[in-house]
Amino acid sequence: MPTETKSAVAPFSETLRGGQMWSRVLRRGEALALTDVEGGASVAALFFNAEQPLERYNMPDTLKAQHIARLTAGNVLYSDMGRVLCSIIADSAGWHDTITGHQRADMARAKYGPGTYQALRNDFHRNTRDNFLVELGKYGLGRRDLHANVNFFVKVASDLEGNLRWVPNSRAGASVELRAELDVLVVLSNTPHPLDPAPTYAPKPVGLGIRRVPAPAPDDAARTSCAENGRGFTLTERYFA
Amino acid sequence: MALTESKLEPSRASFDQVVESGCGFSRTIHRGQTLRIVDLEGNQAVDTLFFDAHDPTERYSAVDTIREQGNIYLTTGTRLFSSEGNVLLTIVADTCGRHDTLGGACAAESNQVRYSLDKKHMHNCRDTFLLEIATRLERLSKRDIPANINFFMNVPVTPEGGLTFEDGISGSGRYVELLAERDVTLLVSNCPQLNNPCNAYDPTPVRVLVWDPA
Repeated sequence: MPTETKSAVAPFSETLRGGQMWSRVLRRGEALALTDVEGGASVAALFFNAEQPLERYNMPDTLKAQHIARLTAGNVLYSDMGRVLCSIIADSAGWHDTITGHQRADMARAKYGPGTYQALRNDFHRNTRDNFLVELGKYGLGRRDLHANVNFFVKVASDLEGNLRWVPNSRAGASVELRAELDVLVVLSNTPHPLDPAPTYAPKPVGLGIRRVPAPAPDDAARTSCAENGRGFTLTERYFA
Repeated sequence: MALTESKLEPSRASFDQVVESGCGFSRTIHRGQTLRIVDLEGNQAVDTLFFDAHDPTERYSAVDTIREQGNIYLTTGTRLFSSEGNVLLTIVADTCGRHDTLGGACAAESNQVRYSLDKKHMHNCRDTFLLEIATRLERLSKRDIPANINFFMNVPVTPEGGLTFEDGISGSGRYVELLAERDVTLLVSNCPQLNNPCNAYDPTPVRVLVWDPA
């Protein structure tokens, strides 16, 4: 069962309105908290080793190491190099998707109409793919670096036959906090998930807060949640040894 | 699970080759051609990727494929979507019934995490992909390797969000067949994993056949 973690997270100092994008190198030992201000948020995210971005978040390695098909507190985000990029140290949403991808411009137009800048100015309908490409471009990265992303606050569950279903998930005030285990380039897009049944373009605001946190102790919840993660932390710590 | 057989005769195939376990394989499959992969001895995972043959920055996307069909498993009728929302191939026959696309490829580093730190030097699919790319598909690099398909592999997902690697549901002679909807580059690693039941702890050869359009 997903763990509900009550511990306080970093208060937010910055708000991403619906449609907006964000990126920053989260230094090892920093934690980034995302807060769903109104409920029903969805934030698409990508993660890279800031020192060598060819090393990046790997969805299959993350899932199979921890025997999970969703992310919550105690889980970690693995890179393709066997290292832990981030640990989820707090989560009151309970389920974050990583298996259903993100929306492109063609999908957004088909669902919400044109939503152009000419007509809507800065309320225009930005989509996740274009936001990712803009933000990645600032670091010399691009289309080839786009891999399966995380969708924070989004729940898409399957039945025993594998049929997927969108499940309303996140409530106002829900938050998730990520502790960087190495210097991680985090790219966020606060844009609608492709399976969100809402017929109009209305992504919700998300608060962002960053704080310094202690290094993971020997009894850290993410490190000890499975034997695989113990080895993942060992490999990550060897990177700095 | 519904199984669908094919009427295509192996004797009429335009290409027919056995790929041993631990080996890579790549080939252009042209629009209209049909590709069959045969699990010759049973329970063999075949790690598979597809790229647009003319623009390999457009490639197979596991997440687009499962989202568009609303189901996690691949079988007959599944359209394999690209990262740009185009259909690369369609599965037109399947005598296994279910194929994985969440488990990804084994790698030296992920084997250390999953099994033991001393497993680093066991042969693995990511090494096979990298060598095949370096020697035969030089337009590509590691950044182009997305989450792949694992034909014949059984990775059940639970409604609670769990995921396990289970004993295979495939068997000797089972196959999957795909119709190319555009020119694609096929990249295969016939999986050498010895640490989990995906290959029944005994990796075995598979057979790759291609038929031209009738």
